[in-house]
Amino acid sequence: MLPNRPIYLDNQATTPCDPRVLQAMLPWFTEQFGNPHSAEHVMGRSAEAAVETARAQIAALIGAEAREIVLTSGATESNNIAIKGAARHARRVGDARRRVITVATEHKCVLESVADLAEDGFDPIVLPVRRDGTLDPDTLRTALAEPTLLVSVMAVNNETGVIQDLADIIPLVKAAGALFHTDAAQAAGKIPLDVALGIDLLSISGHKLYGPKGVGALYVRRRPRARVAALFSGGNQERGLRSGTLPTPLVVGLGEACRIAAAEMADDTARIAALRDRLWAQLTRDIPGLVLNGHPTQRLAGNLNLTFPARSAADLMGENPEICVSTGSACSSAAVEPSYVLRALGLDDTQASRTLRIGIGRFTSAAEIDTAARAFAASHALQQA
Amino acid sequence: MSVYLDANASEPLRPEARAAMLAATEAGNPSSIHAAGRAARRLLETAREAVAQHCGVRPAQVVFTSGGTEADALALHALGHGRRIVIGATEHDAIRAAAPMADILPVDAEGVVRLEALPALLDRPALVCVMLANNETGTLQPIPAIAEICRAHGARLHVDAAQAAGRMAVDFAALGADSLALSGHKLGGPPGAGALLLAEHVPLAPLITGGGQERGWRGGTPPLPAIAGLGAAMLCPHTDLARLRDRLEHAARHAGAVVLGAGAPRLGNTTSLALPGVAAQTQVMSLDLAGIAVSAGAACSSGKVARSHVLDAMGAGALAGQAIRVSLPWNVADADIDAFIAAYQPMAARLSRSAA
Repeated sequence: MLPNRPIYLDNQATTPCDPRVLQAMLPWFTEQFGNPHSAEHVMGRSAEAAVETARAQIAALIGAEAREIVLTSGATESNNIAIKGAARHARRVGDARRRVITVATEHKCVLESVADLAEDGFDPIVLPVRRDGTLDPDTLRTALAEPTLLVSVMAVNNETGVIQDLADIIPLVKAAGALFHTDAAQAAGKIPLDVALGIDLLSISGHKLYGPKGVGALYVRRRPRARVAALFSGGNQERGLRSGTLPTPLVVGLGEACRIAAAEMADDTARIAALRDRLWAQLTRDIPGLVLNGHPTQRLAGNLNLTFPARSAADLMGENPEICVSTGSACSSAAVEPSYVLRALGLDDTQASRTLRIGIGRFTSAAEIDTAARAFAASHALQQA
Repeated sequence: MSVYLDANASEPLRPEARAAMLAATEAGNPSSIHAAGRAARRLLETAREAVAQHCGVRPAQVVFTSGGTEADALALHALGHGRRIVIGATEHDAIRAAAPMADILPVDAEGVVRLEALPALLDRPALVCVMLANNETGTLQPIPAIAEICRAHGARLHVDAAQAAGRMAVDFAALGADSLALSGHKLGGPPGAGALLLAEHVPLAPLITGGGQERGWRGGTPPLPAIAGLGAAMLCPHTDLARLRDRLEHAARHAGAVVLGAGAPRLGNTTSLALPGVAAQTQVMSLDLAGIAVSAGAACSSGKVARSHVLDAMGAGALAGQAIRVSLPWNVADADIDAFIAAYQPMAARLSRSAA
């Protein structure tokens, strides 16, 4: 690692593309550029075959069938299709239910999709979470008293790394006869996921699991069939659910990323958790009063969401420009407002302003962890001096 | 390796686009505020400036999407809401399927829209969608004249320029459109990115929400490498392929082909060749076996090769099911034309004989 290369500890914003993924994609960018929908000639057919191989790799990661995977441009689009599509389809077929339930700590695109539905006459309910970031099943049970179309609960939170207990939540949703969607952008490839839990719709992002940006997937259950309306129409690709030419290289990249994740998840998780423990041990030794936000054990191995006792996140980042960490979700484009996720966990604005999200990933080294720990400890000590 | 003459389905990646794309694969999330994020943001804005500069708009008027289909869908959503939708008879499925209830603006035998039919369709607020260049015939539409009629009637105009961009100049202001769609992989960039250019007055109306990216117009982490590739491809000089196309057409005519839409201004790389009495699918399969990749129509609907709605709208009659699309990629060589002619002539002789 070159000394002047930044230390990348923001793997919840985006992950570097795995070199093996890049190698798998390259031929499909250059020599094999056929349109996968051009079934009439050999170049189109080989692109189509590559897409189908990738589709099977994606499906295998979550225990699905290949034909249950709809390829999209990313998790934001997947979430939009799942939430708006399920609600609009239900209304189209005369379903009288209007309630759509989600959680306050969801990603912006889930909350905005649900808010868009309010304009269409649906009844969105945004549930609070407990201080540790988990959803209380009783809160959900109460909300489900009203006939409900859809419940959307993310598998892993993008800021705190908190893992929701889907096995606990889904039976309540099924008992109420609602569809269950989960935004698995942060979970897929990081923790075991199986749609057999009763998941009807599940969103995946390529660039959060060491694949490329610009591709994602939506799992749509076949038996019993989860029905969703398309967000937009066109050439009728992806069984009409998602029109537009499939980006073969990106799809191949997502497939390879899923294959690698499935094969190496246990090893990756163990190594990343060890690095996380190493960082946590050094930081708590040098920074008394450091607080870990979110559930202490039910969390993604690579995530530490930390509230510092004295220094602001802006100062900590400003003093350590060679370390890439973040104050929260990347999406809100450099907006420096307090994180709504941290607020939902009960942090006040001051605490939120002293909070960093650290995301350790597959390519993080122990040396980088030590450098980062020293740097943040030194910044903390500046305050004491 | 086959001879690839199906550029209108997807152009081969340009080396400049490949380099830009590879350089961008290392970048972070352009919305992150740290060094990796800022580097990614610079690449994103460089690509936006390239598109803006090429099309004569300000960078803030460029919204990146996942491709041409999404760009068209976003335009219809943002500009068409509550309006009558009028579309050219030869539009791509991205427009046709997104506006199934649209009124159809007819075309003449060369595939050019009938301007005189337009005013009658604009008796109430409308969005008119007409493509700049057709994907099957290459026919160019008189967009500035259409824009003038739209303006006079208070109608908005959306232009699908997916096939035109990268092959001819696309000047947003000169065209007079309110919005214009681009597709990365049709202009030598990678698949997975496109753009919608918007006039300054269009109110915000995203189709995919969440995250606030693209100034609220399009949620989701932008597909940076694909966008960087699009931007680099946009700056590549256009190659005039009409000479090669004309040589190919000349030989095909000699073998009995009818060129559809040849009487109108066309893209230099595209020709629609009908062989009377011979199903398009038979021709395409025969050429595929000879190592020549062409298509019987738009790639999207392939697999189930139906009659071309484009050629039907031109009144081609039976020929609508007997035409193949030959579209030359930016890197086509003389030898590729030779190879096509060497395969086409005996095929035409053989199949025309059995059809007769």
